[in-house]
Amino acid sequence: MSDWIDIAALDDIALRGARVVKTALGCVAVFRTATDEVFAIDNTCPHKKGPLSEGIVHGNSVTCPLHNWVISLETGLVQGPDVGAVATFPTRVENGRILLDATTLRARAAA
Amino acid sequence: MKQKLVVIGAGMASGRVLEHLLDADPQAYDITLFNGEARGNYNRIMLSPVLSGDKTYADIVTHDDDWYAANGITCRFGEHVVAIDRAAKKVTGKNGTVSYDKLLIATGSAPFIIPVQGKDLPGVITYRDLDDTNAMIAAAAKGGKAVVIGGGLLGLEAAAGLAERGMDVTVLHLMGHLMERQLDESAGFLLRRDLEKKGVKVICRASTAAILGETHVEAVLLEDKTVLGADLVVMAVGIRPETRLANDAGLTVARGIEVNAQLQTSDPDIYAVGECVEFNNYLFGLVAPLYDQAKVVANSLLGQKDAFVVKELATKLKVTGCDLFSAGDFAEGEGREDIVFRDPARGVYRRLVIEDDALIGAVMYGDTSDSNWFFGLIKDKTEISEMRETLIFGPAYQGGTPLDPLAAVAALPRDAEICGCNGVCKGTIVDAINAGATDLGAVRAVTKASGSCGTCTGLVEQVLAVTLGDDFVLPTSQPMCKCTDMTHEDVRRMIKSQELKSMPAVRQACNWTTPDGCHSCRPALNFYLLADWPLEYADDPQSRFINERKHANIQKDGTFSVVPRMWGGITTPAELRAIADAAEKYMVPTVKVTGGQRIDLLGVKGEDLPSIWADLNAAGMVSGHAYSKGLRTVKTCVGTDHCRFGTQDSTGLGIKLEKTLWGSWTPHKLKLGVSGCPRNCAEATCKDIGIVCVDSGYQISIGGAAGMDVRETELLIQVPTEEEAIAVIKAVTQLYRENAKYLDRIYKWMAKVGLDWITAQVSDLETRTALVDRFELSQSIYRTDPWADHIAKNAETYQPLADLTLEAAE
Ligand code: SRM
Ligand SMILES: Cc1cc2nc3c(=O)[nH]c(=O)nc-3n(C[C@H](O)[C@H](O)[C@H](O)COP(=O)(O)OP(=O)(O)OC[C@H]3O[C@@H](n4cnc5c(N)ncnc54)[C@H](O)[C@@H]3O)c2cc1C
Ligand code: SF4
Ligand code: FES
Repeated sequence: MSDWIDIAALDDIALRGARVVKTALGCVAVFRTATDEVFAIDNTCPHKKGPLSEGIVHGNSVTCPLHNWVISLETGLVQGPDVGAVATFPTRVENGRILLDATTLRARAAA
Repeated sequence: MKQKLVVIGAGMASGRVLEHLLDADPQAYDITLFNGEARGNYNRIMLSPVLSGDKTYADIVTHDDDWYAANGITCRFGEHVVAIDRAAKKVTGKNGTVSYDKLLIATGSAPFIIPVQGKDLPGVITYRDLDDTNAMIAAAAKGGKAVVIGGGLLGLEAAAGLAERGMDVTVLHLMGHLMERQLDESAGFLLRRDLEKKGVKVICRASTAAILGETHVEAVLLEDKTVLGADLVVMAVGIRPETRLANDAGLTVARGIEVNAQLQTSDPDIYAVGECVEFNNYLFGLVAPLYDQAKVVANSLLGQKDAFVVKELATKLKVTGCDLFSAGDFAEGEGREDIVFRDPARGVYRRLVIEDDALIGAVMYGDTSDSNWFFGLIKDKTEISEMRETLIFGPAYQGGTPLDPLAAVAALPRDAEICGCNGVCKGTIVDAINAGATDLGAVRAVTKASGSCGTCTGLVEQVLAVTLGDDFVLPTSQPMCKCTDMTHEDVRRMIKSQELKSMPAVRQACNWTTPDGCHSCRPALNFYLLADWPLEYADDPQSRFINERKHANIQKDGTFSVVPRMWGGITTPAELRAIADAAEKYMVPTVKVTGGQRIDLLGVKGEDLPSIWADLNAAGMVSGHAYSKGLRTVKTCVGTDHCRFGTQDSTGLGIKLEKTLWGSWTPHKLKLGVSGCPRNCAEATCKDIGIVCVDSGYQISIGGAAGMDVRETELLIQVPTEEEAIAVIKAVTQLYRENAKYLDRIYKWMAKVGLDWITAQVSDLETRTALVDRFELSQSIYRTDPWADHIAKNAETYQPLADLTLEAAE
């Protein structure tokens, strides 16, 4: 069962930008792409823990600011020659508001 | 009995009417010709050469007394017509009345006078007729200062003429660039540059508030309170049709006297011709359409069918050394495409505007030799899709099928110039190829072609292809990134030549395969666009690496470092105290003296950035850009202030340089050093730009580095004064900004273009000044503290979007 939490307005994140949501177990990065799609993934790069929310957003991917690993916002999978994955979280945009699913966020806390 | 024709105004339009009429039927009319001016018709458009002294009045007379006499025309020159009585079919001049069967009004235009205080003072002149011209010549004989109000055709011709006669001339223009109705901004810029070379000063966006003076003009006051001294003011802000007589006579007048295609006014016995008429909402200000009208009027007066049609117009400016041409419509618009060609070295600019496979507009500057051909294409609406690729090169490259660029290059004569910067002709390149230089690098090495600005690289490759035939394989140069096949150099060239001013435009024009690029091309494009179009392009933070987006250096644990500027390495106790306070307040784990003569606060939390900056700002400190591809540090030594060997004020110069260059973005980081003597304690000779002070001046050298490569700088130039040193450094910085590949430091760029070329550019005073001007233009936007800006505008974005620590812990 889903339990959507209203996080912020869509416009609080720049186009091709990201901001973090703090949770008890670290930050979740919420991305807004050029086409106004919203994705949420774990903020921590599988390589050396770079903060993904600070990366450059292109298409539906983000490039980690520390050593340029490219991570898919849709799947959380590391692209290209590197391997790894980050957790992804369901998101919704309704009436210009961004919603995150509390159930999966809690599941993450439990994991 | 002969009919009576009365003509009011002996100007360029009626002059033509009379010629046609007398040619066709000398017996048809008994003609009376009035003219307000005390002379007959002369070639008004040649007044400018008279003003500049290239011609005399006698040279430009078109109809002299003998001609009027031989044709039996009754001349009433120097006599204004004051009334038309349509009921009685009579016109009245100062010296009496004459009756007419047909009347022709050809009163031309009156100069527009801006209604400011002082407009009627002696010394304020308009520019319309010989009397005005003579008044200007007389004023110029006394020397002094002239202010020309209006940067259109007339104003500029007046300005150039007065400058030629030794006056100190300033042109005031209301709009952003000269001749904005005929020229686009690029051509306007080149025109301004050439006029400035002639000593004419130009002030754009200048709005005249008043003309000052007691008994004679003394000065012009602008809205922004600037006061310009003036012994002569020429008002050339525009013209309006001279319609007073027609109005009084009750003819239909809109802006001009309304006429039909036979040039007949609302009264069938009265015709009008020239600048005084309005036809289908058009007004006229150039002679070409007036000559067409003249033919129609003559035919109409002779009862023959004819109709006037409005045609495309072309403009040229009659100022020697300012070669320009413009025709048709060249506004940007949907469905319109531009083809642009520039040769910066020769000051040539060509822009063609295409719509629906036809040429609809053309602007040319610097080389207008093919203007007539282009004008023909516009007038005839010729379909150009076949020759599109080579169109911009002009008629010499057309004809013969198939029309491909290679054929065009093949058709070039041996003495055609390929590389404008280095003056290399096709023949030289072909000879080099035949002698064994079979690739671009070799041709460049042997002939220097394409070795400077590189815009002709494509042409040189085509010469290679044509000369080598099948032996030629186009080099596979490194594309910018996986999003495009083009190299950085190609893309930069496209941005300039096609005037691409946004990322979408670049991606469109350069065939990007991704929708919005990647982390590798976006920062590069962002830099290229803001460097080439500082006014038009707005910096895109989302296309910047995090350090430049958040104006702090990201650390391996995701915290940031904060480095305030210490101008030239000089600080104060107060600044040090503020840094110490900030370090304690934000629990900064490491405070370190950097290799760049300043202090680094390492390990600051992202959320704290706006507050720590605010504290540092309050103590007068600004961002040190320790994170940027831009100006980093200007390292100095103590110089003459304290050192017994110092030859110049190296600390002072370092501070001045840092204050003028800071905030500017560059292809890679830019570090400077200024040493007070050749002992070189500031390590200036391993910086991107190093200055070593000597007794006789300043040795400026470039291309040093002390990172992964350690390099010593090479001497660019030595100059005697500090002022010149600053100008040279700004110029070389701008040259680097305009030409280098993103992430090439100066030494890498220098290896590609050659130190000689760089030296030549900054040594040439005009080029140097133009570079400095462009640098300053950009700095008018970027010389600001990003910290203050972010605190004011987006401090919020440094905070988390939401805090769910409690929620998730439930
Ligand atoms: C802080 C400082 C070291 C110090 O503690 O002294 C420093 C720190 C860094 N340097 Fe440096 N460089 C510092 C002076 C230098 C110097 C010495 C100088 O400027 O006189 C050099 C050699 C001179 C030169 O640039 O040629 C230097 C050559 C480099 C290079 C190699 C550049 C090259 O072209 O080879 C890099 C890598 C790069 O820029 O791509 C680099 C990059 C870096 C980065 C920015 C690495 C990065 O991208 O994260 C380091 C950031 C550390 C951090 O977390 O803040 N740093 N770096 C110095 C800051 C100076 C300042 O006040 O702004
Ligand atoms: C300095 C200068 C440079 C120019 N350069 C160019 C150029 O390069 N190319 C181009 O195509 N065009 C140029 N022009 C514009 C061109 O000269 C005009 O388009 C053209 O002269 C207009 O012809 P017109 O017969 O309508 O009027 P005009 O030639 O002005 O003739 C009108 C005549 O009517 C007389 N008049 C007015 N009212 C009365 C009255 N009530 N009674 C009696 N007489 C009267 C005036 O005294 C005047 O002599 C230039 C103009 C100037 C002033
Ligand atoms: S030398 Fe290497 S480790 Fe040291 S500051 Fe510079 S980049 Fe970092
Ligand atoms: S930490 Fe993300 S790429 Fe190295």
